[in-house]
Amino acid sequence: MNPHQDEPIYLPTAFHSRQQQHNLLHAWGGWNGYLKPEAYTDIELEYFAIRSTTAVFDLSPMNKYRVTGPDAEAFLNRVLTRDVAKIKNGRVGYCIWCDDAGQVMDDGTLFHLGDNDYRLCSYTRAYEWLYWSSLGFDVAIEDETGTVAALAVQGPTSCTVLTAMGVTGLESLKPFGILEVSFQGQTLTVSRTGFTGDLGYELWIDTSAGEALWDALFAAGEPYLIKAIGTEALEIARIEAGFLQAGVDFVPAETAVRRGCTRSPFELGLGWLVDFDKPRFNGRKALLAERDAGSRYRYVMLDVDGNKPAHHSFILQHGKVVGTVTSAAWCPTAKTNLAFAQLELPADASLTGLVAEIYYERELRWNKVLAPCVAIDRAPFDPPRRRQTPAPAL
Amino acid sequence: MTDVDVLVIGAGHNGLVCATQLASAGRSVMVLEAGEQPGGMAVNREIAPGFQVPGCAQWLTQFSPQLIRELKLEQHGLELAATDLTSIGLSADGNTISLKQGEVSGEISDADRAAFAELYRLLSKVNRLLLRLSKRPPPYLVEGKLRDKLALADLGLRLRLMGSDDMSELLRQALNNVYDLLQERFESPLLKGMLSLEAVQGTHFGPRSPNTVFTLLQRKLQWAWGGEVSQVRGGMAGLGTALANAAQAAGVTLRYGAEVQSLIMPGDCVEGVQLADGTELRAGCVVSSVDPVTTFESLLGLAKVETDTARRVSQIRIKSGTAKLHLALSGLPNFTGLDASQLGQRLLIAPDPNYVERAFNPVKYGEYASLPTMDISIPSVNDPSLAPDGQHVLSAIVQHVSHSPAGGWSTQRERALSDWIDCLAQYAPDIREHIVAAEILTPADLEQQYRVQGGHWDHVEISLDQVLMMRPFPAAARYDASVPGLYLCGAGSHPGGNLSGLPGRNAADTILKMEKQS
Repeated sequence: MNPHQDEPIYLPTAFHSRQQQHNLLHAWGGWNGYLKPEAYTDIELEYFAIRSTTAVFDLSPMNKYRVTGPDAEAFLNRVLTRDVAKIKNGRVGYCIWCDDAGQVMDDGTLFHLGDNDYRLCSYTRAYEWLYWSSLGFDVAIEDETGTVAALAVQGPTSCTVLTAMGVTGLESLKPFGILEVSFQGQTLTVSRTGFTGDLGYELWIDTSAGEALWDALFAAGEPYLIKAIGTEALEIARIEAGFLQAGVDFVPAETAVRRGCTRSPFELGLGWLVDFDKPRFNGRKALLAERDAGSRYRYVMLDVDGNKPAHHSFILQHGKVVGTVTSAAWCPTAKTNLAFAQLELPADASLTGLVAEIYYERELRWNKVLAPCVAIDRAPFDPPRRRQTPAPAL
Repeated sequence: MTDVDVLVIGAGHNGLVCATQLASAGRSVMVLEAGEQPGGMAVNREIAPGFQVPGCAQWLTQFSPQLIRELKLEQHGLELAATDLTSIGLSADGNTISLKQGEVSGEISDADRAAFAELYRLLSKVNRLLLRLSKRPPPYLVEGKLRDKLALADLGLRLRLMGSDDMSELLRQALNNVYDLLQERFESPLLKGMLSLEAVQGTHFGPRSPNTVFTLLQRKLQWAWGGEVSQVRGGMAGLGTALANAAQAAGVTLRYGAEVQSLIMPGDCVEGVQLADGTELRAGCVVSSVDPVTTFESLLGLAKVETDTARRVSQIRIKSGTAKLHLALSGLPNFTGLDASQLGQRLLIAPDPNYVERAFNPVKYGEYASLPTMDISIPSVNDPSLAPDGQHVLSAIVQHVSHSPAGGWSTQRERALSDWIDCLAQYAPDIREHIVAAEILTPADLEQQYRVQGGHWDHVEISLDQVLMMRPFPAAARYDASVPGLYLCGAGSHPGGNLSGLPGRNAADTILKMEKQS
């Protein structure tokens, strides 16, 4: 008898009882120690809920760190590469952080919740790094991962649904803005953020109110075809929107075993998040040196010919391998076969003549396509409603 | 606008060596010393009118003859009152043992005599290699530049050239503890006790702790050139004075009573220092001979460095177990088994290795050893100027003593003094009759007196994880501190500790080389 057989390997999130009711496929996976649905009913229907109606995604397992104290801003300015002073109270900023060698440890979002009060959301567990980074600063760091439940509510009717649920003032909330409302006696924090590239919001509440929030949301959303979605559908949407995924599109520096397998912000096309006007931050010296000497890698978004997703493909130029694909998907709304690739080419090298070497299988028969690719500057899916304020509502 | 090219913080021996080398190379250099005299932890201390004791360091052991020549320290007033002193292991029954270079005398078997000659031969040989490594910046492993590869190849080659027997023995013993090494080789408890003391003195180790074969090598680096301990005429201050004279002759400006409050770092680069009186001084670079923990935590502020540097600084092991006992004596005490002519030698209390290990036990639990090991100097025997006519001073290094015992030192100071005099009295029964004045300096006193965080005379514990390219921590091992404009040149840097002057010299070489490159 295994004495641990009745103990769960993955913890349930605050929404688990409700997810169970929706999860007809029983397709569960693990995310950061928690149970997460990979899909509930049908990946394509879930994807189209994101793009056509309202999709609900449980992002509670995301690591959440509350940073408070008189040195909170200065501390975050050591950790993050961008200037935290520019993320005003009530705003959210996308950010990355590097180790001292200038290699990206993670990307995430920083919520400026109040005076000297921030929440940092990250893909990797970051408590230890934040702890060491706090040496010399008067700050407190609290891991809120298990105490704050979060739902992403994304899609063209998301504003309408949340308004119907009773959230007031949502129309005037700008992208990356934060709104606090009362929900059944609890504080419900609503941010206009997301990982889908669409109009959408994220809801943050104490775990004790999780089920009530889910019930209210689905009751209000039913007329608008609200749908719970899993990670598989989200994966297509985030690629279509051009978002990098830590652990997929780069190896978080602290988890890398081999030297040279990590990436700098410049190598991920995230140089715009590095603010050298800040006199000091982790990785600054190394990144200055890289800026002057040039990077080893170059991130590109590729529009790949045909409809075969270029999963894990080699990218060739004039018959020579110049890189590999990290993420790829056929993007249904943008009607684009998109791939993110890491090329071992200098920043000024020509990007003409790129070809993806794609292998795919049909009934145990493997086929190869050499699909021409075009590097594109912007993600193919970028609807105006994503940025419009007031947000479009029905 | 800068006031000088280089500001050196601290007029300890390493600060002065570094300043002198930089000034000799044509830089304008100013040394800022918080105290009123040069020498750092090698100074005199008057414990009663006319009684001068060494404030911390009491022997000159490893200051390399080459550096003494290079800096012309003899011309600048360095005089030795005694050289190549014999180390005498005291015994309550009078059966003492004397060690000098490879020779043992006293009540000892022929087997031990031969075994000691053999150990001396092996350690001297290894130390010639260590000395070679000590005289230049440590090679880095990861970057793999050509000069690092060459340095490592050189090390490998020299290891191989030791001959296969010696090389195997070194590789077998290098990570060992000294207790096991001594058990393998010797019979005499006193001889093993003495060598245990040599290995653990100044550290936070007992003879059974890993690393202590390595610390034995470090403490006996002078065997590489056949040296033993020497005594400076006029007290340890004689070294600092000679170094200060050499520095001034080279054009260095020395400022005493100039306590540095903080380093000025408005951007990503250290630009100068602010003194406690508010004065700001600007320089092309600042070289700190202060211990790395004080340099980063107090002077610079951990908030100004990147996370890994802050983490590494916070993890440096700096715990000291070393205290001092100082006595002013109305006359020479009698040590059982010794005649008066031997009292100018180096006297050790370490009757057997278990005694040394037991002396280490209390410090682990925040206490002090009431039966400690002692390394005793009665410097007034070789240099009567240190005490009034016919009278004497005694200085002992006492090991192991907690930095911060439970309840604090104020409640335990008198008891510790009394315990240690009792301990001494087991070997010198009439010592109490001669005491005119007495004091102890605890690790906390040494910390406060000499502004060394932890009170460690090597600044940073010398152990295998904190030497070479890991001293004081990786990425700051080549004196360049990982912060532009700031260099380290104190005992916390390679090769560290022991009054060698080599960290200061290596730092100066590195700074000049880096200037040339940029």
